[in-house]
Amino acid sequence: MTPPIAQPVIESMMEQPPPLPLRLPPPARARQRSRRRRLTPARIGIYAFLLMAAAFFLLPLYVMIVTSFKPMDEIRQGGILALPHAFTLAPWRQAWSGVCTGAACEGIRGGFWNSVWITLPSTILPILIGAVNGYALSFWRPRGARLLFGILLAGAFVPVQVMIYPLVRVMALAGIFGSLPAIVLVHLVFAMPVMTLLFRNYYAGLPDELFQAARIDGGGFWRIFLQVMLPMSLPIIVVAAIMQVTGVWNDYILGLVFAGRDNLPMTVELNNVINTTTGTRQYNVNMAATILTALLPLALYFLSGRWFVRGIAAGAVKG
Amino acid sequence: MSLRRFQCAPHLAILPMALVAIVAYLGAALWTLRISLTGSRTFPSGRFIGLAQYQRLFDNERWMLSLHNLALYGVLFIGACLLIGFLLAVFIDQRVRGEGLFRTIFLYPYAMSFVATGLVWQWLLTPGDGIDGAVRALGFPGVRFDWIVQQDMVMYTIVIATVWQASGLVMALMLAGLRGVDPDIWKAARLDGIPAWRVYTRIVLPMLWPTVATVLLLLSTAVVKLYDAVVAMTQGGPGTASEVPTKFIMDHLFLRSNVGLASAGAVVLLVPVLALLAPYAYARSRKEAA
Repeated sequence: MTPPIAQPVIESMMEQPPPLPLRLPPPARARQRSRRRRLTPARIGIYAFLLMAAAFFLLPLYVMIVTSFKPMDEIRQGGILALPHAFTLAPWRQAWSGVCTGAACEGIRGGFWNSVWITLPSTILPILIGAVNGYALSFWRPRGARLLFGILLAGAFVPVQVMIYPLVRVMALAGIFGSLPAIVLVHLVFAMPVMTLLFRNYYAGLPDELFQAARIDGGGFWRIFLQVMLPMSLPIIVVAAIMQVTGVWNDYILGLVFAGRDNLPMTVELNNVINTTTGTRQYNVNMAATILTALLPLALYFLSGRWFVRGIAAGAVKG
Repeated sequence: MSLRRFQCAPHLAILPMALVAIVAYLGAALWTLRISLTGSRTFPSGRFIGLAQYQRLFDNERWMLSLHNLALYGVLFIGACLLIGFLLAVFIDQRVRGEGLFRTIFLYPYAMSFVATGLVWQWLLTPGDGIDGAVRALGFPGVRFDWIVQQDMVMYTIVIATVWQASGLVMALMLAGLRGVDPDIWKAARLDGIPAWRVYTRIVLPMLWPTVATVLLLLSTAVVKLYDAVVAMTQGGPGTASEVPTKFIMDHLFLRSNVGLASAGAVVLLVPVLALLAPYAYARSRKEAA
């Protein structure tokens, strides 16, 4: 949902959106008078505003980074904004492999690997199933599918607290509560609306003749999906993967409830490190651990740029 | 459509979707509704007590405080995100150099989890060692910025942190909307000598109504779902001053063994969500009828 990012979410969900451009067009006003670019007071004001805003947005990142390289006594002397005097890597080592995350004191590396093992299947499965759903919805329109999709989309706006307890009971009955399969299954459930939406909209933008031709050539449901549609889906798979990796990695509440003691994701362990430890707060270790936890989605964002932005609006539905 | 006669494979293929929609969404929500009508404590019980849980809920000071906090938070968060997002989009739209860089800077917080966001801001706002102390060290000895430990100010700190996280998204959506505006409008406005700010507020903003509606829907959903950021930043404290409904529900489900009361709270949370979705569903059905 881009340039038509502008379209109302639900409407774009239900209608066929135009294909998403990766680049935003230049400003409408620029097309009018692009040559005049003198530094008037008004333009200085514009840059001043933007630079101040940028400083505000960068401040937490800056503070996070400088804090993580300072020894504690330097932090206690004040000057949260100051650059580190005695530059140290010890907080990072401590955060990765020494800090207490509850009972054990082995750093948040355990949480990192837990998050990796949760994120991999919780990305691949929802994408596959979302692709099949979108394909079926766009080309085959099985009976009742629209209604099911409507329920899913409405569900995407509902806080998980409404569904969480029954899901816990069902998982417990099935004997998988507090395990890797449980958390993956729950991620699949809560990712399905957005993943289905992404693929449905993408396939809706493909020409119907493509499908008709494949049908006339005798292709069945799965054959057309695997041989015609899936190979054409690479761009949307990339968008979906970026969204899903970010979403699962950043999840807190589902991991807390469903993953179980042995699979707690990094966000949960990070919160344990900082909020449930007793004694003096080690701000430098805390910030190193926070950066480590935020590193993967941030790297994905800075590296993938426009692809991230492209998925963001549809992904925002998840919130 | 003869090529789309009834077939087995498509119906089998959407079985997972059917299961998720009917069991995990609809079924679970109805089950929660049912539990909310019973006297369930640690485990669901079948003992129906009518609306007594709702009575208890609205007699519960903590719940009422959490609703009050959510309302305050919602108004400020949505207002600030809209204002900042729109301003950033408009300023970026002025043919500035380094547009891509600015966009990247304004949007990167959105890639961070609510937990990380909450923890960073918790540190920034720590009285004494945080910004508070830094400002005093800069030569303003009288300044106190300890909102995070003040019961009547703590919700504002959560607003600050989450606005920092989310306003970049609003900027991105608004900017895309601005770029969709017909250039002829600018041409016409310039011929008529209308100042740019008036074109933005009087002509462009009304044209962006669909974008604003989208943003409003996204932000209000985020408000109702607010949980991680509060847990990470204040754990609902100091005391219960930053309690929010989602946290109330989670605490009563998993810590205080009061499943019935928690479920009643969850059902109450459904109300604003349905109220938000209703206009969209209505607009859609009107469109289809036409």
